[in-house]
Amino acid sequence: MKLKFIEEKIVKGVMLMTTLLVFLFVGSILFTIIKNGWPAMNWEMISSLPGGGFYIGKEGGLLNAIVGSLYIVGASTLLGLAVSIPVVFYLNVYLKKNSRRASLARLAYDVLFGIPSIVYGAFAFTLMIYFGLKTSLAGGIIVITLLIIPIFIRSMDEIARELPQDLLHASYSLGATRYETIKVVVRQIAPGIATATLLSIGRAIGDAAAVMFTAGYTDSIPASLGQPAATLPLAVFFQLSSPIPEVQERAYAAALILTIIVLILSIVGRLITNRFSKNKIS
Amino acid sequence: MISETAYPKVHHLSKLRLLKDNMAGSAMFTFTMVSVLLLVLIGAGLIIKSLPILEEKTLGELLLTSKWKPMRGDFGFLPFILGTLWVTTIAIVWTVPVSLFTAIFLTENSRSWVKKVVFPALDILAGLPSVVYGVWGILVVVPWISDRLAPHFVEFSTGYSMLTAGIVLGIMILPLMISLFVELFTSVSQELRDASLSLGATRWQTTKHVVLKKTFPGILASVTLAISRAMGETIAVLMVCGNIVQLPGSIFDGCYPLPALIANNYGEMLSLPLYESALMLAALILFIVVFVFNIGSRLILRRIEKSLN
Repeated sequence: MKLKFIEEKIVKGVMLMTTLLVFLFVGSILFTIIKNGWPAMNWEMISSLPGGGFYIGKEGGLLNAIVGSLYIVGASTLLGLAVSIPVVFYLNVYLKKNSRRASLARLAYDVLFGIPSIVYGAFAFTLMIYFGLKTSLAGGIIVITLLIIPIFIRSMDEIARELPQDLLHASYSLGATRYETIKVVVRQIAPGIATATLLSIGRAIGDAAAVMFTAGYTDSIPASLGQPAATLPLAVFFQLSSPIPEVQERAYAAALILTIIVLILSIVGRLITNRFSKNKIS
Repeated sequence: MISETAYPKVHHLSKLRLLKDNMAGSAMFTFTMVSVLLLVLIGAGLIIKSLPILEEKTLGELLLTSKWKPMRGDFGFLPFILGTLWVTTIAIVWTVPVSLFTAIFLTENSRSWVKKVVFPALDILAGLPSVVYGVWGILVVVPWISDRLAPHFVEFSTGYSMLTAGIVLGIMILPLMISLFVELFTSVSQELRDASLSLGATRWQTTKHVVLKKTFPGILASVTLAISRAMGETIAVLMVCGNIVQLPGSIFDGCYPLPALIANNYGEMLSLPLYESALMLAALILFIVVFVFNIGSRLILRRIEKSLN
């Protein structure tokens, strides 16, 4: 056989192996988390607050972290949407295609997207000190909002940029203003907004580095924005460092909850991209 | 000709509509400006906060010495910088070939059902939180290294090492790198491939001499982007890297990357003179590296995108 065909065979084998490696990683991670998290999972874990001797292995659950995470993710997702949707419309409807201003703004969002969450956390913490705020639910919400705005904008913008210009022109030619044209655009990028939201929720719920100094940690459910809030990733992180096996198991349970949430988000995201594109003209 | 008086209402309405249009425009412009300014604000904030230590010590002293004793006022960042560089290098070295081959497989060789299986798997990898990777690293990679791998090379390793961190970190950046490569390779026009194939080249020869050659600058840019992402990853690395302040001797030694330094120490002992400033300098170093790497690679990727379309 010619050398080039042998080479072809070898390379094909290597490619198959690297692809299988990816599956091996996914499988191993999911298997490990489920195997360790499942035995520790029970109703008490997701329905009750940490009890008296929680951190030496006595009764209690992770409700504080679950509710804290939901508060932070819910509020920051809404705030993030409120900021990023106007930005995406501005970039794609108000500014001309290929405008310099838009491309500069996009570059800025690319960089913001790349900034590590620990840097966001450190920056937000200095801001909080400057304004005299303590670690609190509000701090967590602010930092996570800042963190997910670039994700929102980038992923929605990606869909919006593929918007056919003819569609905009058709709307203008009927006498609609740019502001009114947004109604047409919304329908086109609706699946984009939905997937961007899911992506941001996933990032927001899994982030530990940014909420570490801004939201703090507590055993109770925050009653106001000024109180600290626990989060699931930090529940994993702190309880895993305990030497007591029962406490470590709760870390696995919290990791399992996070993993399940992420899996659901990713499945729903796939379904939306596949099904909801019915209004789309391309 | 339509007289104006015939449609007074329309005229009035259209003024209102234009006003609305303009007001909405300026509101959106404000949102855009503010969110872009965030980048400037973060940079400025970090610089202001790191000034105290930069005024006290020379940059060489800070970056090139390895004595870290905050209590005594010694701030040598070298162990942390090397820790970051090592862990990132290990992660990149093994993920670049793996993601290249996987991306080539996905774009050049595989049938469509393979993509339908691989992309959701990559989605999951990309979505899993950092702490979950950390837990997996502690449960799977740490024991594997300390019991199986390390004994072949060194006398003793706890398993919390640079290699562990590099492996875990690598898996975390795999989905990003593969998706960047896939995007790059699909942007090469099919005609170029066909031309090569029709001359009798095999698929791999076509990939090697046409696709990879054509996208080489893009591959470099994508790797740069992945490097900047890897450098900032905090929690997962912190959980498996050992957090030992030392100049790492072998890949089985523990290390202490910059993000871990910030995460472990920020918010505590901030009363120590210059300590907060030192930690902010660590954040500033990360910020600058990420800023430069991102802008560079994005500009290159954009130029490629333009030239191909």
